[in-house]
Amino acid sequence: MDFQLTEDQRALQRATRELLAKRFGPDRLRAAVGDPAPDRALWRELGAAGFFALRLPEEAGGVGLGLPEAVLVLEETGRALLPGPLVACQLLAGVVDGVASGEKIVGLCEGGREPVLWEHPAACEELILVESGTECRDGPGEGAQGRTCGVYRSAAEQVSCAPFASVDPLTPLARVTELPRTEALALDVPRLRREAALLTAAQQLGSAARTVELAVTHAGRREQFGAPVGSFQAVKHLCAQMLVRAEMARYAVYAASVTDGDLDVTGAKLLADEAAVRNARDCVQVHGGMGFTWEADVHLHLKRAWLRAECWGVAGEAEELLAADLIV
Amino acid sequence: MDLTCTEEEDAFRARLRRWLGEVLPTLPAKPAVADWPGRRAYDAAWQRMLYDAGYAGLHWPEDAGGQGATPTQHLIFLEETERAGAPYVGANFVGLLHAGPTVATEGTAAQRARWLPPILRGDEIWCQGFSEPDAGSDLAALRTTAVRDGDHYVISGTKLWTSHAEVADWCELLVRTDPDAPRHRGISWLAMPMDAPGVTVRPLRTLAGSAEFAELFLDEVRVPVSHRVGAENDGWRVTMVTLSFERGTAFVGEVVACRRMLGALARTARDNGRWDDAVLRRRLGRLHAEFAALWRLTQWNVSEAAAAARPRGGRPGGGGVPGTGGSVFKLRYSHARQELYDTAAEVLGAGALDADHEWVAGRLSSLSYTIAAGTSQIQRNIVAERILGLPKGR
Repeated sequence: MDFQLTEDQRALQRATRELLAKRFGPDRLRAAVGDPAPDRALWRELGAAGFFALRLPEEAGGVGLGLPEAVLVLEETGRALLPGPLVACQLLAGVVDGVASGEKIVGLCEGGREPVLWEHPAACEELILVESGTECRDGPGEGAQGRTCGVYRSAAEQVSCAPFASVDPLTPLARVTELPRTEALALDVPRLRREAALLTAAQQLGSAARTVELAVTHAGRREQFGAPVGSFQAVKHLCAQMLVRAEMARYAVYAASVTDGDLDVTGAKLLADEAAVRNARDCVQVHGGMGFTWEADVHLHLKRAWLRAECWGVAGEAEELLAADLIV
Repeated sequence: MDLTCTEEEDAFRARLRRWLGEVLPTLPAKPAVADWPGRRAYDAAWQRMLYDAGYAGLHWPEDAGGQGATPTQHLIFLEETERAGAPYVGANFVGLLHAGPTVATEGTAAQRARWLPPILRGDEIWCQGFSEPDAGSDLAALRTTAVRDGDHYVISGTKLWTSHAEVADWCELLVRTDPDAPRHRGISWLAMPMDAPGVTVRPLRTLAGSAEFAELFLDEVRVPVSHRVGAENDGWRVTMVTLSFERGTAFVGEVVACRRMLGALARTARDNGRWDDAVLRRRLGRLHAEFAALWRLTQWNVSEAAAAARPRGGRPGGGGVPGTGGSVFKLRYSHARQELYDTAAEVLGAGALDADHEWVAGRLSSLSYTIAAGTSQIQRNIVAERILGLPKGR
C-alpha cells in the first residue's frame, strides 16, 4: 500500500496549476463574472495539453491515464474556479467527436429530477441527457440493451429550454422543459454517474482547499486592534477547522478515485460538498465586511459550491445510501 | 496512489489472522474495569503472548528489540487485532506507545537495553507524569523541580492525570531542571521508578466513575542522572517526539473499532425500530462517511510516514516520527467519536441511561477525547500556527 501521489501525479498536478495560473488568473476570473462563456482559445489549449483526452487510450490519441489523474486535474479547475462544463467534457471526450481536442463543448444533465438544469447552455454544441435508473428500465432498451438506454445526445438547438436565473454568476443555467431523446448513446449509466459525482467532488475539494488559502492569506495580512486578525484564536480556529474539512475530503476523494467504488464515491462527494460549502462560508466570515462584497472572490466559491452540491447526488441521498450499507 | 497490499503484506495479514483465531479463544475473561491489578495482569499476559508470537513492538526498529515491520504492516496489525476483538493495549499504553518509542529514538544504548525489553515482554508497566495542577494544556508551565545532587536528581512536586500510576513500575516524568531558563528550555525527561521513596500515588476518580488516573506526590524523590533521556534541559524537544507519537498513530485501532460499533448500532436501530427515523438514519449514514474518511486519512498518514522513513533506513520505528498531520486526525476523530456515542444514545433511548450498558461507559470516557493529549482548542492552534503558518497569538 502506498497511498501517496506518485512523482508523475505530482508533476501533473503542478503543470495543471501552472497552466491555469497563467491562463486563468485573478483578472480573467473577474472578467468571467461579466462574461462567463468558456474561453474557446483556452478550451482548445486545454484540449491540446491532453486535459480532456486524459483517460482515452494512447492508441485513440489519448494520454492513457486513469481516474486518479482526472481527479487531480479537476481539483485544480475547482481551485481556479474555471467556468465551463468541465466534468461533462472530461467524461464525454471519447464519445462525442471534437470534445477531446477542445474544439467542441458538450453539456451533461440529469433527467431524474426537477428542475432539469443545463449548465452553460449557450456555450454547448450538444446536450447529453442522463436519465435516472427507473426511466432507463421503462425506456426503449431492455436486457443487454438496457445498458445503452438512458443516455441521449441532442444538438443544442433541439433542446427546449426556459430561462433560469443562476445563483452562480460563473455558471449560466437553463431549465430543460422537454427531455430531448434524439440519439441513444451506448454508455454505462451507473459508471457515468459515479464518475460524474467523483469528478464534481474533486472540483469541490479544489475549491475547499483554495478557500483555506484565501482565508489564511487574508487573516495574516488584515490588521485590526493593532494585530493581524490571524493572531486571534477565534479566527485561527475557523481556519484550522477549514483545513480539517478539506483534508478529510481530500483523502476520501483520492481513495475513491483509486477504488472507484460506489460507496466510496458517495461518501467522498458528501464530504467534499460539505467542505466546499462550509469552507467558503467560513472564508466569507474570515474576510469580514470585505467578504460580503461582490469584489471579493469568495462568494464565487460559495455559489459554485452550492451549485455542485446539487449535482450528481445530494447530501440526503448520499446519507441514505451510506446508512443502508451499514445494515447489509 | 495505491491502496492494494503487496503479496508480502497479504501473507502477513493471513498469518496474523490465523494466529488470532487460535489464541483469542484461549484468553481468560476480562477483569472488571475497577480491578486495576487484574487489568494489569490481563494486559501484561496479552503482551507476553504477542511477544512470544513475534508481534511485540512490531513497528519498533530491530535494534530496539522490535520487529522492524513496515508502517503498513503495523496498520494491518492494528486493523486485524481490533477486527478480531483482541484485547486493547490497555495498561501497556504508555510504555508501548509513548515511553518506549521515545527511549528507542532518544535513549542511549544502555537505556534501550534496560527499558525496552521489559516493555515488549509485558514485564514492566509505565505511566505518564506530564500534567500538573497548573500545567495541563500549557505543559511548559510545569513546576516539578529536579535539583542535581551528585549523580542524582532530587525531585519534588505534584503530577496530575498520571495514567496507570496505580500499577506502574516506571514513570516518564517531565521535570524542571533549570528554573531560570525560558520555560521551554529548562525541562528534562526522566524515567522514575515508581517504588522510589517519596512517591505517593492517590487514585483520581473520573466522571466515568473509574480510576484511570492518579495524582502523584513527589517528596524529595532521588532519581539517578543516568535515568535522564536526552540532554539536560532538552526535555521539551524529547517530549515533542513523545507527543507526536501519541497524536500520530495511537488512535489507529480505535477508528476500526468505531467502524465496527457503527455497524452494530445500525443493526440495533433496525431491530428496535429507531431505523424508521430518517433524521437518525441520515446521521448514521453521515458517520459512515466520516469514519471511512478517517480511515483513508490514517492510510495516507501511514503511507507518508513510510515514504519519509525510506531514505533514512527505517529508524525510528521503521516509520519516522509522525508529523503534525496527526493533529488534523485527532481533531476530527475525537469529535466524531463523541458524536457516535450521542447518536448511540438516541438509538438506545432510555437504555442509554443504564450505567451497566457497555455503550454508556464508552460515552462517558469519550468525553476525555477532546481534552486528553492536547485539547481540541490546542490542536486547532497547532494546525493554525504550524501547518497554516498563521501568526502566534498574544
